[in-house]
Amino acid sequence: MSETVISAKNLSLTFQTNDGPVHALKDINLEINKGDFISFIGPSGCGKTTFLRVMADLETPTSGTIEVNGMSASEARMKRAYGYVFQAAGLYPWRTIGGNIRLPLEIMGFDKADQAERVARVLELVELSGFENKFPWQLSGGMQQRASIARALAFDADILLMDEPFGALDEIVRDHLNEQLLKLWARTEKTIGFVTHSIPEAVFLSTKIVVMSPRPGRISDVIESTLPRDRTLDIRETQEFADIAHRVREGLRAGHAYD
Amino acid sequence: MTEFWHRAGPVLTMILLLVALWYAAAVALNAAWAKDKAARANMSLSFSELVADTMSQEKPLLPAPHQVVKEIYNTTVLKKITSKRSLIWHGWITLSATLLGFAFGTALGILLAIGIVYSRAMDMSVMPWVITSQTIPILAVAPMIIVVLNAVGVSGLLPKAIISMYLSFFPIVVGMVKGLRAPDQMQLDQMRTWNAGGATTFWKLRLPRSMPYLFASLKIGIAASLVGAIVGELPTGAVAGLGARLLAGSYYGQTIQIWSALICAAVLAAGLVALIGLIERITLRKMGMLQ
Amino acid sequence: MKWVLLAFLFWLVMCAVNVRLANGVQTRLTRVLVPTLFGVTLLILWEGLVRGLSISPILLPPPSSIALRFATSLPILWGDFVQTFIKGAISGYIIGCGAAFLTAIAVDRSDFLKRGLLPIGNFVAALPIIGMAPILVMWFGFDWQSKAAVVVIMVFFPMLVNTVTGLGAQDVIQRDLMNTYGASYWQRLMKLSLPAAMPFIFNGLKICTTLALIGAIVAEFFGSPIRGMGFRISTEVGRLSLDMVWAEITVAALAGTAFYGTVALIEKAVTFWHPSQRN
Repeated sequence: MSETVISAKNLSLTFQTNDGPVHALKDINLEINKGDFISFIGPSGCGKTTFLRVMADLETPTSGTIEVNGMSASEARMKRAYGYVFQAAGLYPWRTIGGNIRLPLEIMGFDKADQAERVARVLELVELSGFENKFPWQLSGGMQQRASIARALAFDADILLMDEPFGALDEIVRDHLNEQLLKLWARTEKTIGFVTHSIPEAVFLSTKIVVMSPRPGRISDVIESTLPRDRTLDIRETQEFADIAHRVREGLRAGHAYD
Repeated sequence: MTEFWHRAGPVLTMILLLVALWYAAAVALNAAWAKDKAARANMSLSFSELVADTMSQEKPLLPAPHQVVKEIYNTTVLKKITSKRSLIWHGWITLSATLLGFAFGTALGILLAIGIVYSRAMDMSVMPWVITSQTIPILAVAPMIIVVLNAVGVSGLLPKAIISMYLSFFPIVVGMVKGLRAPDQMQLDQMRTWNAGGATTFWKLRLPRSMPYLFASLKIGIAASLVGAIVGELPTGAVAGLGARLLAGSYYGQTIQIWSALICAAVLAAGLVALIGLIERITLRKMGMLQ
Repeated sequence: MKWVLLAFLFWLVMCAVNVRLANGVQTRLTRVLVPTLFGVTLLILWEGLVRGLSISPILLPPPSSIALRFATSLPILWGDFVQTFIKGAISGYIIGCGAAFLTAIAVDRSDFLKRGLLPIGNFVAALPIIGMAPILVMWFGFDWQSKAAVVVIMVFFPMLVNTVTGLGAQDVIQRDLMNTYGASYWQRLMKLSLPAAMPFIFNGLKICTTLALIGAIVAEFFGSPIRGMGFRISTEVGRLSLDMVWAEITVAALAGTAFYGTVALIEKAVTFWHPSQRN
């Protein structure tokens, strides 16, 4: 359980803008273990998305090191170590749902039979079987986001990085997808990094919650969840849940998140 | 300053490259004639003599840039503006037809667009034809309009202006209809909640909202107007205007004259489009549509 | 006078019918019927006025005599069509758009080239390029080759600007996605940039259909063999046989619309996924 898959040491990232330098991340130290479900929470500008993008090698840190699976982030990207789910589904409108899920497989050179098998499997995982030949714009927002998760799962990376994937969906759909995501996590035993700005969502999903605060972007608290791994939506009514949520809220306040 | 070079640097590099290419092409294209001439005179040309000759021929296949610049200088600064050999005089003739036609075309285009937006019957009857007419090479009608109007005794500025009007008319109708329809349902409903009448909605919402579309189509329209005026000068036989200079140049193989008329037309087009761009910026900034 | 009155009467009736139709329930049929009725009405009004006011056919021939001329000179019109449209416009269109497309893909790899060429391309697209016609006629001769060359130059820059714009039109998420897959340049081009650019590419292709036809016709005003639509228009205008000119213009209009329509149909098939093409 204690095998480290992602580790950040003294990680800093500064953007140069017209209004002077912006310290998006400053001295971040964090280790993520295999099988963890880690949430990053904090107000906008705290660097949670930037940190996730650094893990994915979509941004390059100014100083410090980041290792993914014991390699540099860019090596890990070239070895396709992770699947990434963005804020919006970002499906290609000219490809069917099946075609979109096949996209990474084509790029990574899986053979045809393998592609078909994998597409069928991940569609089933996200409960979209039967929608393979629909186009993205014929589906609802929630279904599109599920398809984009299937796309990230298709090539069996151990790590799943998700950047506010359900932020644009209404609460009822979001609850449903959260539950599905937990089931999927249990079945696939992946390590998941999850960015959110919703306290209940973070508490409900995570084994570990990283609270971040802005100017400069830094970690202000890391909370180990005491909730069991196997949970349902009802757990949100318990005192334990309320206690963890309270600690997250305290952490956000301590980081002057509301100023 | 760095910002300026960041934007202008690549463009200036490209322009220098194009001028260099032009010189190279001039040498390559004119070399045959130079060699021919030398052979007839039983002389052989060294490379530098060859290059010098290709850039100083009287009727080269492709005149070198400095020859064109010199011709333009000769026919603008050194000639009296009233002279028939002054490029400014010819340019003015073309410009006046362009502007007159453009003004008519714009006025008519806006009026028709308003009709189309407010009348369902007009929209359904006329709009498909306006769109179709954009796919038709209207310019082909130019010679006929000139000759027919000449036959009924109308000549000079007006026939050319009519062609210019005709060419600028269609893009303006299409752009203006799009612009007047640009307000979304929410903005229109808002007007309804205030019980605003048709005229108020037009002046306060539709017209201001259509300005960016209007200016975009004005730029297309003025460029089309200029082309119309130039082509309109062809059928009357090389009398006056930039089109006439082009035609006369092609009759007599005066390539330097063709190129200088061409450059003059290009400068005119660029100036007109830039002028509208300037008015656009000022207007939109005053309306708060531009930072 | 009878003709004029009849024509106006017909016009009034048709106006009433169209207003009625337009304000009624809209169906597919009315959307086609209303503009068709309008077009037919204009033709009849034209015919009636020319006959009723006995306007000289040298000024404005009535539609009936244009149609008659069209029907009786099909071989000439066909020959002109082949010379100007097939040989001049189409070959120039394919060469020009093809060259612009390839240039755009090459330019897209270099930010420097893109920033250098785009402003120039936008500038040139607004210039009266048709004026190059006499020079190109001088270089490539009177036959269709010089017309194709005019067309190449006319369509090149609009096509270049549209394609380059299109190749930069993917959204950030789609681009990041390709990064997370570690996709190569060619994979990126084939799977993302080109499909995403298709709406822009077809916009360029549609603009260029009209330009191609204009270029091919007007270039003939500067010299041509004794066939071609531009040649016919300029010589028949000189001989004041305007019915032939109008017949030729009809051919040009039909060719232009058909050309544009074909490209638009292909566009519909290729970019079926784009919001503007979905119903």
